[in-house]
Parts: sequence; structure tokens; C-alpha cells
Amino acid sequence: MALIEVSGVHVRFGDRVVLESIDLTVPEGEFHGLMGPNGAGKTTFFNVLTGRVKPSRGSIRFDGEDVTGLSSHRIAAKGVARSFQIMTLFDEFSARENVMVGLPGFRARGFDMHHAAAGDRGFAEKASEILVTVGLADKGDTRAKDLSYGDRRALEIAVALGQGPRVLCLDEPTSGLGSDGVQRLATLVGRLKGKLTIVAIEHDMEFLFSLADCISVIHWGQVVARGAPHELQQNEWVKRSNLGRFA
Amino acid sequence: MIPTPQSDSARLITPTMLVLWLVLATVPFWIARVGLYPYLGIEILIWSLYALAFNLVLGTAGLPSFGHGAYFGIGAYAFGLCQFNVVANLWVCLAAAFAVAGLAGALVALFISHRRGIYYAFMTIAFGQIFWTVAIKSHKVTGGEDGLLKIARLPADFGFASFDLAGNVAFYYFVLMVFGIAVIALWRLVHSPYGRVIAAIKQSETRAAHLGYNVWLYKASIFALSAAVSGFAGGLFAMAQLAAFPDVMSLHQSGYVVMMTLVGGGLVSFWGPVIGVFLFLIARDVIGAMTNAWMLYFGLLFIAVVLFRPEGVAGAIMAAWQNRSLNSMRQQGGTALRLLFGGGRWR
Repeated sequence: MALIEVSGVHVRFGDRVVLESIDLTVPEGEFHGLMGPNGAGKTTFFNVLTGRVKPSRGSIRFDGEDVTGLSSHRIAAKGVARSFQIMTLFDEFSARENVMVGLPGFRARGFDMHHAAAGDRGFAEKASEILVTVGLADKGDTRAKDLSYGDRRALEIAVALGQGPRVLCLDEPTSGLGSDGVQRLATLVGRLKGKLTIVAIEHDMEFLFSLADCISVIHWGQVVARGAPHELQQNEWVKRSNLGRFA
Repeated sequence: MIPTPQSDSARLITPTMLVLWLVLATVPFWIARVGLYPYLGIEILIWSLYALAFNLVLGTAGLPSFGHGAYFGIGAYAFGLCQFNVVANLWVCLAAAFAVAGLAGALVALFISHRRGIYYAFMTIAFGQIFWTVAIKSHKVTGGEDGLLKIARLPADFGFASFDLAGNVAFYYFVLMVFGIAVIALWRLVHSPYGRVIAAIKQSETRAAHLGYNVWLYKASIFALSAAVSGFAGGLFAMAQLAAFPDVMSLHQSGYVVMMTLVGGGLVSFWGPVIGVFLFLIARDVIGAMTNAWMLYFGLLFIAVVLFRPEGVAGAIMAAWQNRSLNSMRQQGGTALRLLFGGGRWR
């Protein structure tokens, strides 16, 4: 059974149809890439998947359970973590605290009003461990807003990992990064591959074609092509568009 | 720095609290000699508690509430009405002040917690005005504009001993005791996991929601809690004044607590609201003795803070004493100010 099963998802804002009909299945452990031109509806699809936007029609099943229309905090609690195209961090918190607040154990104590958060070393230690895995070992005390752009991208992934997710949704993780930064991120994401299910929207074709097990091309609000990277390169639609050009 | 169990944020009682309480405990011995009067001390403590409660919403949660006087006033009326109609017991009446104001806050929170920024501010003003109007018009219940008079300072019965609080000095020490306990509780609250989640939500509701936090529920709960503690302070204020008046619920009085909190530095410091209350009430008495237009000067000070010194007095003190850079405090204050009015709906 696939971990994520999306069928016939349709989204309209007023009289503007953003997603015509999206069907997508992602088996557990797969790295699934999403590509498509700007305005194709990729981010809106992510927003539906993670509960920010309710679909007008269609259904989303996560691990067999219908999660269509659940609010984002409920979907997150089921193990769906996401990053954003425009980085979204707790800027005034230190890198460590950004990760700490995302830990499921911390969330479980979210309404604890009478213990000191700093009194529990466990959270800080766990957060520090995660920072090490993304290469931010010595940046734990730095405020998120004082980190470099590349470090902030890494911190976004650290925060998502801290959630202990089953699915990691990455919305253009390389956007704004230079070639060194993309390389660093590719290494980091490459290490995660196989350990958890990853769905990534990405414009960097090299990044996507080297990492993804399967890629779906979204255009005009629907999936117009799907397949393993080498299959997609042969796909007529991809060939005709300029999307496969770099592959 | 990793906050350690030895750091202030993990402590139940901090050195700052101890110093503050010790200084406050001496107030009745010298306040008359410096030309002030014991009742001012009571007023400062009660308003400090109110401002600290208000800052849970403004500073900790980054939500602009401009109608908080309503809950302070509701607490005062609840205290009086409980005394007259239910039972004349200090603890029961104070609990009533806390509970009724908290309920009113929870009710309002139902309607505003999906908002933030300027929308939130407008809604809190509107609800504040509704409560104020109700207080003025319900003559039979609240006494209308004349107020609810003849509220007694009920004795504090601790079981083993009962203290008469009718005198200003005895009442001052009672309020100081309550203030001390409340400060410990609020300090704990803002440094608890709950408080950190609230602070996280202030910075990004979107991020918090996708980490699995029910943003609406957190925002609603902190507002209700803040209203409840404000109401508790209002109950004490009814005792202090021996009456409850609709005036504290008005828009301009709600504005006072905003001014106190911002001037004091509530956006960057737990103690900011307390500093602001001291400055405001002492300025009222000292400058007010010289000129009727004292509010003009405090208003100018307020404008200067919002425009140039968002870290407030507390920020300047922290920069001087704790070796923190004033610039970083200023940035922090500026960011907090922007967060207060940035954005509408969070999704």
C-alpha cells in the first residue's frame, strides 16, 4: 500500500481553477520529485497535501487513512513535515530552539505551563544531535536570522527532521542557493533518501534527476507525465517542453 | 547559550525578583517621607500585575490587544458583585474576579483568535467598547456611571490567622504577597514549554502549525489567561478603591496599559511592564502636581519610544547591566513591533 495516495484533487480559488485533477501515489521510502513550469500548481498541491488549503474535490489518504481537509497541525502531527519555498523559521530563536520546538516530545508538553523549558536537558541535547546531522553543529546558539542563507536552508531541514516525520515535503529546497550550496544540500538530502519518504518540488533538474526515484510533471493543474528519471527523459511531453533540457 | 537549569529562565525565583520584593517591602517606611503616599504603592503593584498579564498577549504572543481594560474592569465588578450577592469571602471573590474575566476573555478569544495584526487590534477594541458600554448602561447591576460602591476590603483569612486589610499599609502588604506569587507563576509560564510555543507562534504561525501546533487554541488560551489575570488584578483594584467604576474599561484607560508596557520595554523584557507602570504612575503624580498637561509629556515619550526606542526602558537597562548590545535590543524591539502589526490571517 502506498503511503500517500492522492486522487482527483481539485482546487479552485473563486472562479480560478488552480488544480484541475491531481492523482499521485508515493510508496513508503520513495523520493518523489515534482516538476513543472511556474504557476503549474506545485506549491498549491503541497499546500493541499499539508493541510494549508482544503481541496474542493478529491481525496488524500495517508497510510490508508483519509486526511482530506484536515488542518495543517493535525496533518503535521501524523508525521508530515514540510519546508517552504520562502523560508519560514522562528527568526528570533536560536537554531537549537528552532529544532527543539519541533520535537514531538516538546509538542506533547505544549500546554505544560509550570515547568521550565530549560529545565529539561533532553530537548536541547536531542536538538543538538539533529543540528550535527545537517552540519550546523557549532551554530546551535546562533539566532536563526543571523545564519547564512545556506545554513538557514539546512536549518529548515533540521527542523523538519526534528519532527521525526514519515514524509518530508520540500518546496524548492535549493532555491536561492549557489552551486556550492546546492551541492551541500544534495549531499544532505541524499543521505536521507531511503530513510524516509520525500516529496520535493524542484526546479534544479540536476538535483532532481540525480536523487529522485520517480518524478511527476505537473502542468495546467494535473500530472501530465510520470516516471523514473531515465524514463522521463524519453517522454514525448517532457521532450517537447524545455523541462527535460537539462537532464 | 544553551539555557541550563542554572539559568534564570529555569529558576522558580530569580535574584531580580528577590531584590524587587525586598525593595517593595520597605516602601511603606519611606514613601510618605519622599512626598508620596502609601496608596500609590498599592496602585503601582496592582497596575504592575495588570500590565504583566497584559504583556502575555502583547509581548509574549505578539498580539495587539487594545481593549484589555474590559477584563480589568470585569474583574473589579465580579469581585464586588460576588461580595454583595454570593459570599463575602476574600478568596471566593478574588477567584470570581479571575474566573469571570477569564470567561469573558475566552468568549472574545472565540471570535478573534484566527486573526493577528491590525485586524486583531480592531476586534479587541470593538469588544472592549461593548463591555464598557454594557457596564455603563446596566445601572441595576453595575451602578452605571456612578459605579459599584461600598465594596469592602474583606479580611484575609488564612485559617490559622485572619488579617484585617482595611488599612492601606496592611492592604499594601497583602497585595505585595499576591503580586509576588503572581510574578513567580507568570515567570514560570513564559519560560515553560507553553510559553515558548506562544513565542514561536508570534514569530511564525505558519511554521508552528506545520510543526503540529494548534495555533488557534494557543492564541485563544493565552488571551483568556491574560484576561483572567487582568481580572484578578481588577478584583484587587476594586478592593483598593472600595468601588468599581466603568472608567477603567474605557478605550483611553485600555490605552494606558499599552503605553506603560511599551514605554517600559515589555517587547524585550519580562520586567518591562513593571518598569512602565512605575514610570507612568510616578510621572502622573510628580509631573501631574506641576502641570495638568502631564499626559502630553508622557504621550511624547510614548511616541519617541515607538519611533526610535522600541526596546523601551527595560531594553536600555538590560544593555547597560547585562552586557547585551543596545543595538541588538533595539532590533529585537523593532522586530516585535513589526510582528504586532504585520499580517492578517495566518493561512
